[in-house]
Amino acid sequence: MHRARLGILGVTLALLAAAAGMPAAHAESGWSLINMPRGVTNVSRQIYGLHMMAFWVCVGIAVVVFGVMIWSLVFHRRSRGAVADVTMVHNTKVEIIWTAIPVIILVCMAVPAARILVRINNNSHAQLNIRVTGFQWGWQYQYVGTPVSFISKLGYRSDQARELDSGINPDSVPHYLLTVDHPLVVPTGTKIRLLVTSVDVIHSWWVPDFGVKKDAIPGFINEVSFTVDPNKPGTYRGQCTELCGRDHAYMPVVVHAVSPAEFSAWLKQQEAQQKQGVNLSAQQASVQPPVTQPTG
Amino acid sequence: MAEPHVETTAHADHEHMPHGWRRWVFATNHKDIGTMYLIASCVMFFIGGAAAMVIRAELFKPGMQLVDPGVFNSLTTLHGLIMIFGAIMPAWVGLANWMIPLQIGAPDMALPRLNNLSFWILPFAFSLLIATFFVPGSAPAGGWTMYPPLTLQFGDSFPMLIFAIHLMGISSILGAINVIVTIMNMRAPGMTLLRMPLFVWTWLITAFLLIAVMPVLAGAVTMMLTDHFFGTSFFNAAGGGDPVMFQHIFWFFGHPEVYIMILPAFGVISEIIPTFSRKPLFGYEAMVYATASIAFLSFIVWAHHMFTVGLPVSAQLFFMFSTMLIAVPTGVKVFNWAATMWKGSLSFEPPMLFAVAFLFLFSIGGFSGLMLALVPADYQYHGTYFVVAHFHYVLVTGAAFAIMGAVYYWLPKWSGRMYDMALAKWHFWLSTIFVNVLFFPQHFLGLAGMPRRTPDYAVQFTDWNQVSSIGGFAFGLSQLLLPYIVWKCVRSGKRVEGNKAWEGAHGLEWELPSPPPFHSWTVPPSEALIARGAEH
Repeated sequence: MHRARLGILGVTLALLAAAAGMPAAHAESGWSLINMPRGVTNVSRQIYGLHMMAFWVCVGIAVVVFGVMIWSLVFHRRSRGAVADVTMVHNTKVEIIWTAIPVIILVCMAVPAARILVRINNNSHAQLNIRVTGFQWGWQYQYVGTPVSFISKLGYRSDQARELDSGINPDSVPHYLLTVDHPLVVPTGTKIRLLVTSVDVIHSWWVPDFGVKKDAIPGFINEVSFTVDPNKPGTYRGQCTELCGRDHAYMPVVVHAVSPAEFSAWLKQQEAQQKQGVNLSAQQASVQPPVTQPTG
Repeated sequence: MAEPHVETTAHADHEHMPHGWRRWVFATNHKDIGTMYLIASCVMFFIGGAAAMVIRAELFKPGMQLVDPGVFNSLTTLHGLIMIFGAIMPAWVGLANWMIPLQIGAPDMALPRLNNLSFWILPFAFSLLIATFFVPGSAPAGGWTMYPPLTLQFGDSFPMLIFAIHLMGISSILGAINVIVTIMNMRAPGMTLLRMPLFVWTWLITAFLLIAVMPVLAGAVTMMLTDHFFGTSFFNAAGGGDPVMFQHIFWFFGHPEVYIMILPAFGVISEIIPTFSRKPLFGYEAMVYATASIAFLSFIVWAHHMFTVGLPVSAQLFFMFSTMLIAVPTGVKVFNWAATMWKGSLSFEPPMLFAVAFLFLFSIGGFSGLMLALVPADYQYHGTYFVVAHFHYVLVTGAAFAIMGAVYYWLPKWSGRMYDMALAKWHFWLSTIFVNVLFFPQHFLGLAGMPRRTPDYAVQFTDWNQVSSIGGFAFGLSQLLLPYIVWKCVRSGKRVEGNKAWEGAHGLEWELPSPPPFHSWTVPPSEALIARGAEH
């Protein structure tokens, strides 16, 4: 019996070691990716704080409850001569206590969660409104109040590499699956409201660093808002998170956050281009959804 | 004391027992039907598992190596449907068939022919479902949740999917009716409700949940069927319909469904832990009430699956609070199990090993569940591998581990033979180690930003995906031990001496010989026997 257990341990360690050795080829290690990003918006930071609070509460409960159980497993085993106390079947006082304590812990978690929820669902006083429309398989972005509108689809190199047996090593493609042809551009330090909808099936627009995930549903316009920290310009990447058909994995979200000055310059340039009808004419035609009416 | 009457019934049984294929096709005996359910469940477990193996193989590396993304989506969809409706639920119905009459002192289930029907619907339902892989277009690939409008896009497989769901629903409802009628009418005199073993209690509550929600699922898929074929617009926004309404209806079924899969597990754990702690269950009545509270709460938490669809803030608050409340009765259960082991005299035979692993690993699923209940945090977790990790901890190390524990607990009773204990311990340790290698890293993947239901991923997710896949292959392979152990036990296991296979076992099933006679309790057990079994 003892030998059997040692054998199992040996097999496990060998396999784990094999697993650890295998992926050494990657440029940047993924081993450290084990937690939610703190993110770069007011929303994402509050969510991260709540997440970590909930995590440590769970760890605390686990230490106590698992500790008690492990104590029993070690010290109350028959092989150590433990004799069962068969009279211990019920204890009202203890049972009330272990009903009440979880209630208190839950209230302590629910209050901050409710507060944050109400705060981050405040969509008023947005300084920039952008319509986000999902389709199979990409996103259309329209800057409300301007003629600027374009379609954002999976970047060319990723699109080549992701074909079955493409022969292209995904490691050789920068930001494989997380690049697009036309990223969304937003100003930092500005409250941005997204109006999210869809023209065919349900999609979900997600940028982990923003703490923003909203379903894009045909027939509905969902609102969500966020402000990127003024000192955190950069490129932020996410993906569709609602199964939307064959190419669900291939409609990433890429957002460039730039300073407000750069943003106005970019917007002016886009407007000018849009007026000339160059560059964006194809996309300007607005999203024509692929015909999705089911055929029997 | 049970010996003399058993010999006479065993003789009488012989005359009534049909032989050959008739015994199975025309089966009305609860044990035969229970056995068929368990075998069917095992077959479906391996079919669903094979789908999971392909999924994990494709996810071993970024880039596409094995299957088309559409096929991948079909595999995740079928894996979910097969494991839920084909593996977990039939296993519980099989255990209910086998154990409820034995445990309440009844000769058989109340409605034996209905019982036969409810089983024999299943092979047809699952043939239909699996046949969707071979029709033009593609197999259903919209996820087991079948959200429209996506699911409406599938061709010939769509009506087959709907019909298969209807059949599974009918089977479940018939099974549930049988369980309720049996428990309400067939208890031996003296077997009062609060003397029933917890497995019977949890199944009684589960059966009510089934009757309440399976028709809701049937309604939802029927509305989708008429949207597809008869021009209605229940879920079609272009026709004035509402795609979100499907999600409300689906999860009104779906959340109680989760408890349908886990409540009987609570029952099994409440049988196994006292036996191997050699101590009565702590807080029996609290366990019953906690089970009932969980069942009630399961009806008012459904929208926690939908926090990102754009519900009003007030609705999100309500569903967050109601969901968090579930932690209270669930906590009571875990504390009661811990208190049952406290000051016990523990030994670690395979059923107990699975029960102890259940306590720890199901609790981990509970912790991630609590985190998921917090709406702002759920905005980040929703639709990612964090959710996948959560529900696999609850359903694999929760429900499936409890089923395996139950099989190892009652197999000696069913077969009259003891299985290879060392091999069963191998099965346990391999399963427990690799199920964690398989699912624990998925928490990391989800938090780091990997969406679920994707056949491909950004390269930074490679490392943990490879660990997860290796765990998956090893876990999948180790499951082959289970049917081998059972087969070997039934063929050539050592005969069990006496009625009790386990020294600490209590309950009426342990007052019958092993294996029990073909017709279980032809004479009701005496009050004394019932009282002895119900010492809690």
